[in-house]
Amino acid sequence: MSSHEAWIREPLVLGDKSYHDISNDIAKPIEGKANKQWWIAFAIALTAMLWGVGCIMYTIGVGIGTWGLNKTVEWAWDITNFVWWVGIGHAGTLISAVLLLFRQKWRMAINRSAEAMTIFAVICAALFPGIHMGRIWMAYWVLPLPNQFGSLWVNFNSPLLWDVFAISTYFSVSLVFWYIGLIPDFATIRDRMEKASRPISQTVYSIMSFGWSGNARAWHRFEEISLVLAGLATPLVLSVHTIVSMDFATSVIPGWHTTIFPPYFVAGAIFSGFAMVLTLMLVMRKVVNLEEYITINHIELMNKIIMLTGSIVGVAYITELFMSWYSGVAYEQYAFLNRASGPYWWAYWAMMSCNVISPQLFWSKRLRRNITFTFILSIVVNIGMWFERFVIIVTSLHRDYLPSSWSMFYPSWVDIGIFIGTIGIFFTFFLLYARTFPVLPIAEVKSILKSTGSQYKK
Amino acid sequence: MSKTKIYWTGLDQLHNTPEFQESAENEFTPATSAEHLLESENLDEGTTKRRDFLKFLGFSVGAATLAACETPVNKAIPYLNKPEEITPGVPNYYASTFFDGTDYASILVKTREGRPIKIVGNKNSKVTSGAINSRVNSSVLSLYDSARAGSPMKAGEASEWETVDKEIGEALAKLGEAGGSIVLLTETIISPSAKKAIAEFATKYGEGVKHVTYDALSASGSLEANQACFGVKALPAYDFASADVVVSFGADFIAGFPNGAANAVGYGKMRDPKGGKMSRHFQFESNMSLAGSNADVRVAIKPSESAEAIISLYNKVAKATGGNTVGGGNSEYESALSQAAKELVGAKGKSIVVSNSNDAGVQTIVNAINNLLGNYGSTLDIAKPLYVKAGIDSEMTQLIADMNAGKVGALLMHGVNPSYSYGDAAAFNSGLAKVGLTVSFADRLDETAAGVAYLCPDNHYLESWNDSEPKAGSYSLTQPTIQPLFKTRQFQESLLKWSGNDTSYYNYIQSNWAGIHAASSNASMLFNDFFNTALFNGVFDASSEGVVTEFAGDVNAAAGSIKKSTTGDFELELYVKAGMGDGSQANNPWLQELPDPISRVTWDNYIMMSPSDMIANGFSRLERGDFMANVAEISVNDVKIKAPVYPSPGQKKGTIGLAVGYGRTAAGACGNEVGVNAFSVAHGSFTVGAVTVSKTDETHEIAQTQSHHTLMGRSAILKETTLSEYKADPKAGNPDALLYVSSAGAKKEESHGHGDDHGHDDEGHGHEEDAHAEASHGNPYVAANKVNLWDDHAIGSGHRWGMSVDLSKCIGCGACVTGCGSENNVPVVGKEEVRRGRDMHWLRIDRYYTSDMTEEKAKAEGVGAIDKFTAMEAAAEQPQVAFQPVMCQHCNHAPCETVCPVAATTHSNEGMNMMTYNRCIGTRYCANNCPYKVRRFNWFQYHNGSQDFSKNPANDDLGRMVLNPDVVVRDRGVMEKCSFCIQGIQAAKLKAKKAGRKVADEEVQSACAEACPTNAIVFGDLNDKDSWVAGNAKDERSYHLLEEVGVQPNVYYMTKVRNVVENEA
Repeated sequence: MSSHEAWIREPLVLGDKSYHDISNDIAKPIEGKANKQWWIAFAIALTAMLWGVGCIMYTIGVGIGTWGLNKTVEWAWDITNFVWWVGIGHAGTLISAVLLLFRQKWRMAINRSAEAMTIFAVICAALFPGIHMGRIWMAYWVLPLPNQFGSLWVNFNSPLLWDVFAISTYFSVSLVFWYIGLIPDFATIRDRMEKASRPISQTVYSIMSFGWSGNARAWHRFEEISLVLAGLATPLVLSVHTIVSMDFATSVIPGWHTTIFPPYFVAGAIFSGFAMVLTLMLVMRKVVNLEEYITINHIELMNKIIMLTGSIVGVAYITELFMSWYSGVAYEQYAFLNRASGPYWWAYWAMMSCNVISPQLFWSKRLRRNITFTFILSIVVNIGMWFERFVIIVTSLHRDYLPSSWSMFYPSWVDIGIFIGTIGIFFTFFLLYARTFPVLPIAEVKSILKSTGSQYKK
Repeated sequence: MSKTKIYWTGLDQLHNTPEFQESAENEFTPATSAEHLLESENLDEGTTKRRDFLKFLGFSVGAATLAACETPVNKAIPYLNKPEEITPGVPNYYASTFFDGTDYASILVKTREGRPIKIVGNKNSKVTSGAINSRVNSSVLSLYDSARAGSPMKAGEASEWETVDKEIGEALAKLGEAGGSIVLLTETIISPSAKKAIAEFATKYGEGVKHVTYDALSASGSLEANQACFGVKALPAYDFASADVVVSFGADFIAGFPNGAANAVGYGKMRDPKGGKMSRHFQFESNMSLAGSNADVRVAIKPSESAEAIISLYNKVAKATGGNTVGGGNSEYESALSQAAKELVGAKGKSIVVSNSNDAGVQTIVNAINNLLGNYGSTLDIAKPLYVKAGIDSEMTQLIADMNAGKVGALLMHGVNPSYSYGDAAAFNSGLAKVGLTVSFADRLDETAAGVAYLCPDNHYLESWNDSEPKAGSYSLTQPTIQPLFKTRQFQESLLKWSGNDTSYYNYIQSNWAGIHAASSNASMLFNDFFNTALFNGVFDASSEGVVTEFAGDVNAAAGSIKKSTTGDFELELYVKAGMGDGSQANNPWLQELPDPISRVTWDNYIMMSPSDMIANGFSRLERGDFMANVAEISVNDVKIKAPVYPSPGQKKGTIGLAVGYGRTAAGACGNEVGVNAFSVAHGSFTVGAVTVSKTDETHEIAQTQSHHTLMGRSAILKETTLSEYKADPKAGNPDALLYVSSAGAKKEESHGHGDDHGHDDEGHGHEEDAHAEASHGNPYVAANKVNLWDDHAIGSGHRWGMSVDLSKCIGCGACVTGCGSENNVPVVGKEEVRRGRDMHWLRIDRYYTSDMTEEKAKAEGVGAIDKFTAMEAAAEQPQVAFQPVMCQHCNHAPCETVCPVAATTHSNEGMNMMTYNRCIGTRYCANNCPYKVRRFNWFQYHNGSQDFSKNPANDDLGRMVLNPDVVVRDRGVMEKCSFCIQGIQAAKLKAKKAGRKVADEEVQSACAEACPTNAIVFGDLNDKDSWVAGNAKDERSYHLLEEVGVQPNVYYMTKVRNVVENEA
């Protein structure tokens, strides 16, 4: 290397970008017109979303009986989807908050989209506890509102109530955090737009940027609030999925009644969240030409986290098996034996191979840096994580204590429709986001640009 | 000092203010009306400003809008003249009688505001001892059946009574004059007054009148045998309570048999091991019947082998008692028969041998065995026999021949439906077409009534007056509890009218009872008092001695006369389901949705086949929740029927079973096209003989409420022991569930356990101290009920409602399930929903088969865990069966209560887990967290007609009348479950409070306990030390279901004791 500067690390942004290049690159999708591919993707996502909304309305109009549930398995795809979506949301918080606190600058390439993904995933997740209620029109009863119903109050012992608080806190903090980060970038877009040519857009961005002036005081406060919010959000990374896991852990059902659930769920959530971030980023960097910002190094770093959390999840699965045997409780032992060898063995082994075996392939650096392989694996991991929740919920319930109550669960078309619908909601929102929001934090990325004299030597 | 007292009416007067003085002068204060105000010239100067006006306007509009949002008011219109005996909200009970040709029951009818809503047993009856089965307690719903005929019909068109009376009267008169043949074809009639009315009818229309009795479930063989042996065309009354040994050949004497529910009472008494004595029950049968599932020794035999086995048993008993042996009797079931014979002879005079055969020869031999054993006069009463079956098959055959020959001028049918239930229905139908005058008294346009000229619909029995003599000397009365809902007329009344007798049937019964009165020991009473007392009690027992006759049967002739059953690859034996019976109530959705006790299948009949035969013939065994059954075609003679094949462990290999009572085509919307009509292959005998079975490509969905059939080695769920072990140790089979508590853990609990008074009682709740004592003595294991993670509810004082379920006494009949449904408005959801696993029964009876694979066997043979559990999923070829009623266990530490986010399910201070439907938002978390899976969710709107659940009675105006007004009908989206019939508890508490006393034991009965014929379910106050249930709770056999989960239920189960000898079953 001829340069006199130490070349310790690869730069986070490649391609010898100037500050202006960054603004141009990131603002391009917002300022330009959508291409055909975007419209096709959007049409598909919107159709799925509308289909899902139709299924939800059908459920609310006709009854929960439209799902495949029965007297033994009273939660299945609804709560599976709920936990799956919440889990996916976790990566956003982890990337934006925890990595911020740890000063991991590489997060800047992905944090905006990861946070957006969090918001959309939590929206999808929050749908389910609502629509799975038999009487959704009474849903506000889960809020501790002063009321006219006499001395009625919510039951603070119920993990479902904790869920309500956990999810709503998580959603609001994530939303605020995301939005705060967006303000300087909205201001950039506002300033780049000519009012004469795009009056409406300019006005909207102007409003959304809250009159950001970019002065030193604003930047100072921006940094402070980011840190404060990161501090607030960090415990949420742990708390939300811990509390979700308590829906199961505090119950008496073999396979649910497990103290390992909180860490196991958190690790699984980060695992699936990173996989989903990868799925989205790999497509996005290609489509929006961000390959120089979201580099192969980013991908490799995320793959390492996937490998780590996948291994934690694997250890948790094996610990569960060990504990069921070690407990000496026949019901526990059977619950886990049944997972592996019962009628839903295929779900268990799908989970095992997707979540435990496949991430281990990332020990190979070649595979870690292979984009196609990473993309496939990111999808495999999310399939595996969906099955994990299905296995926990359905295979524990379908054969619990009294064999007389054992039954099977078969999803109905409404179950499937709502799941597809949430995927549609997620992608509809994400596609709209990709066209209207700066998908990378413009201001922050500029802070990691290596701007030494070396580039002028060329 | 004298002081004048001042009286004043108010402080104003006391102070004598100027305002007071002014107002005292103006007695009439000027009115301040709106006009007055508006007329005022100073209006503008008033204090009401524009802003105030707007405030008032806003408030008024807002208030008016809010007031308009109120829910519509449903008006309850009070009685203008309140009937003396009806107080709204207070039920009345009337004693009455149910008899439909199959079941007889003396009952009490619960009415609310003039509507019968529930049937319970009448304990005054010596014939039934208050027992009812599910058909009897469901019969109240048949009253509100919109498929009933609303008026008389002529050729299927609605008509008027005047018209049909006139036309039928003329036709009968013409026939009577011509001496033509008029046949009355009826079910068995046990009413003395009805018999008299028939006789009067016969007198009126001359010699040509003939009364033929036809029973769809025929006992013709027994009747003929008893005629031959004792000169009595009746059935013996069985006393199972005195029978130490019972040997049954195919007879389902506790369910499908005449007077089955009453037999169950006695049978149940002998299944109680207390005192170390139980009956021994041998069952030789091909289908797994309810009786067979309760037997101590069950031997699967083919129907064709039954007669030989009975002869063999006869010979063995005869040898031992010195009777004459007969030829034949080569049976391959030597050892079991020898054992049975030995024990029968050992229990001479205290045994019962019974058979379901419809062959007079077989029944004669059965009689002979009972006679040799000296059972007549002790366990079998033929001196005062049962009259509940009277049909002789040959008479029906003769009638059909006569009809086809055109010899019958008029056919009047009551309580029979031969076009459906007669084997050769085609012959009957062709004969019917040749009869000049055909009249049916059916309550609806059923299969037979569709082919008659006149339908003269009979009242429902709850709308009728009647009397019965089910057993010689035992009478009971039927009284109406509601005005006829439709333009129907009682059969007897029609008969009387056509006989030219205009007295009402009520008066007719009374005049008939004058004779009973005169002959009775109560002859000194005034007749009205006598009759009203009998009416009040529901029953009257004449104190007459029976006619004792000696056995005079010819065993040799009987043995020779037995018809040989054909044999083939498969032999078919028809059976009667404990729920559906003969199918006359097929349009009753409660019965359709009642799971069969053995198969746990609803809304269907099916071919019961041994699982090994199913494998051999390629039928799906419906494992692991599979519900798609293969359909087979069975053909016998030239009749072919297609039915799904369902696995029946315990079925004799090479035999199949099929239930009658299904496949109705004109029963009504509920009963039509449900299953197949097995009567079509019956031909006089339910033992059909050889049939061919061939698999078809068709499949059929089976709606079962239980899809897993074995206990999977979880013996702590349904504890069992044998009588000998129980005698050695009453706690046999019921070891305490133990939990590991380290000594350190015990110490920690000690500090937790003290400090607050938990209101401990004797029953082992929260005995932490004991736990530590035991644990600190070096044994780290303590009984699960002594370990407590939670603070206890205050359960020591006041009531604590609880239940005990004696698994030894439970025969699995299902009367509790329909009783519960009727009391608690449990919705009927229909086949499709049951198929999806969404039956709504608050109380279910789990049925478990034993498996060939056991923990011990796996250990001995070194079978791995996966293989072991896979093998355990399959029932044994000849399994033992056990029943376990499971309802909400009303846990003291209920897992459902902690997880409900809105506190919709909470604990009562009387120990019950309560469900507040109004508060429920339907998260279903409670149901998931219930270890017993007893909670039921309203997946759809099952009532009020807004969704398509037409099978549920709450969906039409007529069916809704059966609803219990004390129990709310649950809406879509809420959870429901057993409430321990809290409405009954509240009523009893109120009654006791008004009377200033405590609630007495057994004063409060849950619907299931009330319906249970064997008293297997006992309900009461656990805090009342002398109560029955508290006694049961202390019994050594008592245990909690899933005790180790630590939820501390208020329901106790009692170990099932089988009277089996080692290595026998």
